[in-house]
Amino acid sequence: MAGKKDAKPNLTPAERVALARHAGRPGTAEFIDALFDDFFEMKGDRLCGEDGSVLGGVAMFHGAPVTVIGHRKGRNLDEHLRYHFGMPSPEGYRKAGRLMAQAEKFQRPVITFIDTPGAYPGLEAEAHGQGDAIARSLARMSRLRVPVISVITGEGGSGGALALAMGNSVLMLENAVYSVLSPEGFAAVLWKDASRSAEASEVMKLTAADLLEMGVIDEIIEEPAGGAHEHPKAVFKKLDSAISRHLQLYEDMNGSALSAHRCKKFAAMGKRYLTNLDIEQDL
Amino acid sequence: MANPLNAFEKRKQALQSLKQLRRPNPDKQKTCPACQATIEKKKLMSTFYVCPHCGHYLTLGAKRRVRLTVDKDSFKELGGGIVSTDPLDFPEYQEKVRAAAEKTKIHEAVLTGVGRIDGIPAAVGVLDSRFLMGSMGVAVGDKIARLIEYADRRDLPLIIFSASGGARMQEGILSLMQMAKTAAAVEQFSENGGLFISVLTHPTTGGVTASFASLGDVILAEPGALIGFAGPRVIEQTLGEKLPEGFQSAEFMLEHGFLDAIVERKDLKKALSQLLKLHGYRSQAPSRSITNFLPGGKDRSKEQNFTDRTAARDADRSADADADADSAVSADASDDRFIAKQIDPEPDLK
Repeated sequence: MAGKKDAKPNLTPAERVALARHAGRPGTAEFIDALFDDFFEMKGDRLCGEDGSVLGGVAMFHGAPVTVIGHRKGRNLDEHLRYHFGMPSPEGYRKAGRLMAQAEKFQRPVITFIDTPGAYPGLEAEAHGQGDAIARSLARMSRLRVPVISVITGEGGSGGALALAMGNSVLMLENAVYSVLSPEGFAAVLWKDASRSAEASEVMKLTAADLLEMGVIDEIIEEPAGGAHEHPKAVFKKLDSAISRHLQLYEDMNGSALSAHRCKKFAAMGKRYLTNLDIEQDL
Repeated sequence: MANPLNAFEKRKQALQSLKQLRRPNPDKQKTCPACQATIEKKKLMSTFYVCPHCGHYLTLGAKRRVRLTVDKDSFKELGGGIVSTDPLDFPEYQEKVRAAAEKTKIHEAVLTGVGRIDGIPAAVGVLDSRFLMGSMGVAVGDKIARLIEYADRRDLPLIIFSASGGARMQEGILSLMQMAKTAAAVEQFSENGGLFISVLTHPTTGGVTASFASLGDVILAEPGALIGFAGPRVIEQTLGEKLPEGFQSAEFMLEHGFLDAIVERKDLKKALSQLLKLHGYRSQAPSRSITNFLPGGKDRSKEQNFTDRTAARDADRSADADADADSAVSADASDDRFIAKQIDPEPDLK
């Protein structure tokens, strides 16, 4: 139970899901505006298309250049539709990969913002290799020789979220959620009933506190009572200092150490939930 | 009891017992899910579990796949006891895993090990779609990553047959993280020069498609296999329309540039063996290979391997009349491709 001084009610996972999806919640575009200077957006995957549901470019962070990449849901209905509510197509992930390669070339850190229900499930997305695009993004991120800081800001849905979230540090806003599938999808797959999403939210362990406990994220960024949209400036400030602090952790690491750090971190995830049966024991 | 003298009755009895013998025995027969024809199970091994009537590819369990792919008695399982401990305490999950294990005779949805293909040693992984849809949880991710690291240490080629619905829901976010883990392992293996042949079988979707399975140096598929990221039902729900015929089939993926070839099941072993040879891997039969330069014993480190190979290459070169051009090139790991690979005779899981 919350103490007397605690103005924040104890939210249920389902309530956090609602907050993470709140229309007024700051998105990647707002975080870029607030935290960085001189952002220059870069478009196109240099193969066949441009997907605006991934927003990326170069900017200054405390006087040093960084590459910034994140999911973009859009600020109004028009943009929501154009950006598929932040669900990228393969072109989006390939653009992200191109920008990451550039970050490596010019030796600047990569900051990613995660806010997507998942990768876009469409005809064209499949024909253009959604699986290939995500797999290659993961492979590339594992080998990047510059620091990568990932921030789960809203919805972290499935492979479409993870594809940009392989950071040396993974930070998460207090009311953001991060899961193997949306609670609706999860309920539909396991119980053939998407309406049981609140129940799914409970069992999935998708809140920041759960994920910190499981070792999936490194730090929780506190939000004001009522959610990030109630007082965005407070969130921007906290996130700004957290990103600076985490970047400093990697200042003295060389390229291969950074890549190794990232691989080791993700290789360890879930290890503590493994056991080795006596193999001789017959089935 | 019929009159034994009645020849007519006798004949009738004999006929009946014959009928009894001929009566279909459900344990020895299988019904093709596509054409409903009855197939003798005995015959299935020789048709590679393809329906002899309509050509439908029957589901192949991991153990059968291994039997059809690697040389007889050459397979040794690695990490067969690795299982997860139910990280979400998910209701009824452990019972489901146990039931799947009973059915498939493996403890998790992937079977990993080493075996020989036409004499060529390889690290082999096979996902079993009968085990919770071949889904990847913590144990599957770990076994695959271990297999890749094993292949890396021993300089073995890596072959993984995928058949999976994607990430395992019952292990939540940790299943998702196995995508990062396995993709990173493949990338490291690739950087060290290892060959990865990814074989996509029906169905390969979700988090498996979006991680290691799409990262093969060579990607093959069986005819008609469903291959994609989002499941067909999810796409139909999103779009509110029926999917076109053949969408997300192996043929569709080939046409869109995501496969090297579609190979019939009966030809797969031959194709794998051909590809292994084309990448410089040789069978362990005695030959003028680096075998002579290698000390016996197992678990040589990567560095030793490299030194050994360098020595072998230098020896090869000195014997080569046309060594001049080569000698200008400094020792380079990429040259290793031209030297036959070999592994320890008795691999074990570290």
